[in-house]
Amino acid sequence: MTSALEAVSLGKRYGHHWALRACTLSIPAGRVVGLVGPNGAGKTTLLHLAVGLLEPSAGTIEVLGDRPGTGPATLARSGFLAQDSPGYARLTVGQHLQMGAWLNPRWDGGFATRRVADLGLDLRQRAGTLSGGQRAQLALTLAIAKRPELLVLDEPVASLDPLARREFLQTLMEVVAAHGVGVILSSHLVADLERVCDYLVLLVAGRVALAGDVEELLASHHRLVGPRRDPAAIPSDQVLIESSHTEKQTTLLVRTDGPILDPAWTATPVTVEDLVLAYMRRARDGEAPAASGLAVVR
Amino acid sequence: MIEFHLDPSSGVATYLQLVRQVHQALQLGLLEPGDRLPTAQQVVASLAINPNTVLKAYRDLEREGLVRARPGLGTFIVGRVPRSDPSAQARFRKSMAAWIQSAQAAGLSAEEIEAIYRTAVRDCLTEGAA
Repeated sequence: MTSALEAVSLGKRYGHHWALRACTLSIPAGRVVGLVGPNGAGKTTLLHLAVGLLEPSAGTIEVLGDRPGTGPATLARSGFLAQDSPGYARLTVGQHLQMGAWLNPRWDGGFATRRVADLGLDLRQRAGTLSGGQRAQLALTLAIAKRPELLVLDEPVASLDPLARREFLQTLMEVVAAHGVGVILSSHLVADLERVCDYLVLLVAGRVALAGDVEELLASHHRLVGPRRDPAAIPSDQVLIESSHTEKQTTLLVRTDGPILDPAWTATPVTVEDLVLAYMRRARDGEAPAASGLAVVR
Repeated sequence: MIEFHLDPSSGVATYLQLVRQVHQALQLGLLEPGDRLPTAQQVVASLAINPNTVLKAYRDLEREGLVRARPGLGTFIVGRVPRSDPSAQARFRKSMAAWIQSAQAAGLSAEEIEAIYRTAVRDCLTEGAA
């Protein structure tokens, strides 16, 4: 099966500033991918590259096996929802659907009409007078009705209230279940991502800090708590992600495919949020966590 | 038909929460052989979770012999949860009580005893963890 997205040494530069650099990713098709990272990490840049709104300054990107934005056939295969669910404020809901039908070769008018009715939207209402949740649902309806193989959503729920957010994600997951469409979704709301995503990409300062299958990531990371010791002494098959110490105690977050054999450690599982925070701090502080701090105390 | 719910703060993996709710419903008699489970699409439409999570839970239940997927029709209950013998439960409760008393006699606090119990449960019963 073709991957959803393949990026090799992908970079995008604005003047002297690299918004994204050395980004190598291989995302399988049919997954729900959560894209996370601090503001300015390059999330929107990556998504715009994925849908052909931007050209790479370095490296290559392929989406569903094609270079993005190279022709109508490529455009028809992915659906993009920009930040803040934009619509045309002066057009009515019905005119949005008409426009969708004109512009998209695979338009599913039956779905769009049903969906808008289910949402209780009036076809004659102007988009500018819809609530934030309704506007987001209308935009999602248009993106789904074009029947793409991949949906690319840039912070689709950021401005929605909790109920509208849940309803948006319900619609999205229903479509994934029914049509097997792949999704790449950026968000700061890790709790939402934990529910809906099965693949995680973490960007920090324009680089990929972590990427992989959520289940594998959770299974291969452990939080270890035990008596104070030098984290450099951990077995060679364990990668230290983060460490903190008190006078008597050491807490580590390690990545390993093997078991934790040392009986001095109490190992507990980690959550997606634990991983996101630990890798964000690691990327921010450099890749040798707290080693110098320990030497001073000893 | 049952309706699933989620407790995000439980720390239990989502698919496992679904599996356990089916077990519970079987134990309580809410589900019986022949009953249909909600489709993956129905579950994700109500819980807003990844469809693969539901499929994984259903696969687990199928491996246990509790449900069977009939293509185009849905996933149906075909088995019963083996209920443990009540006398075995009573016996283990008794030996646990004796164990707790001997731990107290050795000077362990209630908290220590609970910590030992929790660690032992995690070490012995958690699948895949170290």
